[in-house]
Amino acid sequence: MLRFVAKRLALAVPTLWAVLTLVFVLVRIVPGDPTIVILGDQASPAARAALRERLGLDQPLWSQYWDFMVQILHGDLGRSLVTNRPIITDVGAVLPFTIELTVAALVIGVVIGVPLGVMAARRRDGFADWFARIFSLAGLSFPAFVSGILLLICFAVQLRWFPVISTANASDPMERLRALVLPAFNLGLIMVAYVTRVTRSGMLKALGEDYIRTARAKGLPQRIVVWRHALRNVLIPIVTVIGLYLGVLIGNAVVTEIVFNRPGLGKLIVTALNQRDYALLQGLMVVSAFAIVVANILTDLTYGLVDPRVKTA
Amino acid sequence: MTFALDTAAPNAEAPPANALTVEGLTTSIRIAGRWFDAVRDVSFTVGPRETLALVGESGCGKSLTALSIMGLLPAAVGRVSAGRIVVDGVDMTAADEPAREAMRGDRIGMIFQEPMTSLNPVLPIGFQIAESLIQHRGLSKRDARKRVVELMELVRIPAAEERLDAYPHQFSGGMRQRVMIAMALACSPRVLIADEPTTALDVTIQAQVLALLADLQKQVGLAVLLITHNLGVVASVADRVMVMYGGDVVESAPMRSFFKAPTHPYSEALLNAMPRVDRATALAPIPGQVPTLPDMPAGCRFQSRCPLRVDKCAERPPLVPMASDPAHAVRCWVRAGA
Ligand SMILES: Nc1ncnc2c1ncn2[C@@H]1O[C@H](COP(=O)(O)OP(=O)(O)O)[C@@H](O)[C@H]1O
Ligand SMILES: [Mg+2]
Repeated sequence: MLRFVAKRLALAVPTLWAVLTLVFVLVRIVPGDPTIVILGDQASPAARAALRERLGLDQPLWSQYWDFMVQILHGDLGRSLVTNRPIITDVGAVLPFTIELTVAALVIGVVIGVPLGVMAARRRDGFADWFARIFSLAGLSFPAFVSGILLLICFAVQLRWFPVISTANASDPMERLRALVLPAFNLGLIMVAYVTRVTRSGMLKALGEDYIRTARAKGLPQRIVVWRHALRNVLIPIVTVIGLYLGVLIGNAVVTEIVFNRPGLGKLIVTALNQRDYALLQGLMVVSAFAIVVANILTDLTYGLVDPRVKTA
Repeated sequence: MTFALDTAAPNAEAPPANALTVEGLTTSIRIAGRWFDAVRDVSFTVGPRETLALVGESGCGKSLTALSIMGLLPAAVGRVSAGRIVVDGVDMTAADEPAREAMRGDRIGMIFQEPMTSLNPVLPIGFQIAESLIQHRGLSKRDARKRVVELMELVRIPAAEERLDAYPHQFSGGMRQRVMIAMALACSPRVLIADEPTTALDVTIQAQVLALLADLQKQVGLAVLLITHNLGVVASVADRVMVMYGGDVVESAPMRSFFKAPTHPYSEALLNAMPRVDRATALAPIPGQVPTLPDMPAGCRFQSRCPLRVDKCAERPPLVPMASDPAHAVRCWVRAGA
């Protein structure tokens, strides 16, 4: 298992390097002179030249690339062009909120999606199956900002169960939790949909396998046959799907944060866009890339836990 | 060791002399919305220490007979529509599902044809063997592990203790079949059903697994229902033979008298299709194949492939004992009474 972890971590290095290079290139091939974008087209050539120098844009490309990589290796994302604060500080201040939201959505997706999918597969075409199918179709067809607004109107404005204006910053943990519920459900809905689908189809397949007949031949009760023998095997495709949609989830987290006016990376991105803070944008891209690479590593490590063939192969 | 024909009626009050009694078993399969009898009126008994071989080509209803006994028919497409199945004195057909669960894996075990797919790939094999001990005997995980090591040694899996936590993919086909046997025998059942246990294995491994089964049977006094289409296997391990064709038992006899005087034309054809060292003549494969259930002819189901066919075959022949040997019964208008 340790060797498996080490191997997986070593593999992440080239991936990360490729992603960082991509960020570097993307930022530089965006059309338009960044100094004009930042200072406006009325700026004097002298001011623009000064800014170029500050950003290091007067250096040759390879030297910019080198500096960029060395900086990141030191955990330095540069300074905001607007506030001149270190970007890592601003990101660090809001990152916990985004992580909290994403993890909560993931938990909701699994805790609701897995049992729903299992029940749907056990009684094919029964009530649970129809409910699961309609629910997952709805979950997949609503964009995050539409479902977010619907949830707000329904549960915050009309029923007043949850705050309309986010209180995620509150020091009272109960209040913080209350502020988390609606956005987490909004984000979790899509995860529930994906997880339900893959669980249902995986269970339908697994329940027809020979090893299920063996389990029943041992006299195990149906409950154990389903939840232990069949579901254990379906965990593999479930983890795959969660891993695949983690990227989508992180993207939707940004949208959800904006709709619910929560602190987090989403709000920071909007700020960066509004203020044309291109250094901040680049920093945020690096952080997102990191997040997705880490999510992928965690997914692969989870594989090692659910599929014995991975770690012993 | 009595042999029950269609007519045999065991005494319900007496302690069960037979580990397994099947009477008039009829199993139906649903194909395209209609139900067809895939197993028809099958009766037999197996006593302790006895091996009954059930033979026939594939598609003759052997596995369905086994699954009916176990109560493991695929729920949506299969059902036992008539008959009685008594395992170790318990009437399985009258029992509800929890009662059947209590019997399965405890008093009756089964091993399957495909060792590669019959074990759960994501659970350690030691745990898979232990499960029935935990379920039926209420053993703690720790005590079950000890017993599992003994079982693995019993079925001669080398380095049993180290391999408790190994997974099925780390085992060869032959070793997996040993795991299946250990699993089926964990609770010391009285009856073991082995559905083509060696068909998927290499020839040398086949012999080892069969020898192991025979050995264990002697040690623990098992009643074995051995399903196979290999008559060589039958000759080496069976006490009695039952030949099935199209869901019907067409011949039933003690092993020696079966090989000395195979009587049903289908049994003859099976024997002629079998390679033998004591015979120089070429093999004669049986022409044609077993009809699918919707295409089964009325009357004798073998008539479409039978060289002895007469008009009477349009009617279903009964299974009758032979005059020369009452333990030897045959279902054929032409050969009966001979
Ligand atoms: N699940 C099933 N669905 C439809 N037909 C089946 C099913 N299982 C068995 N049958 C049919 O029942 C007959 C007997 O099958 P089976 O008992 O598996 O034969 P055997 O074990 O002797 O090879 C065959 O005609 C087979 O096609
Ligand atoms: Mg079969």
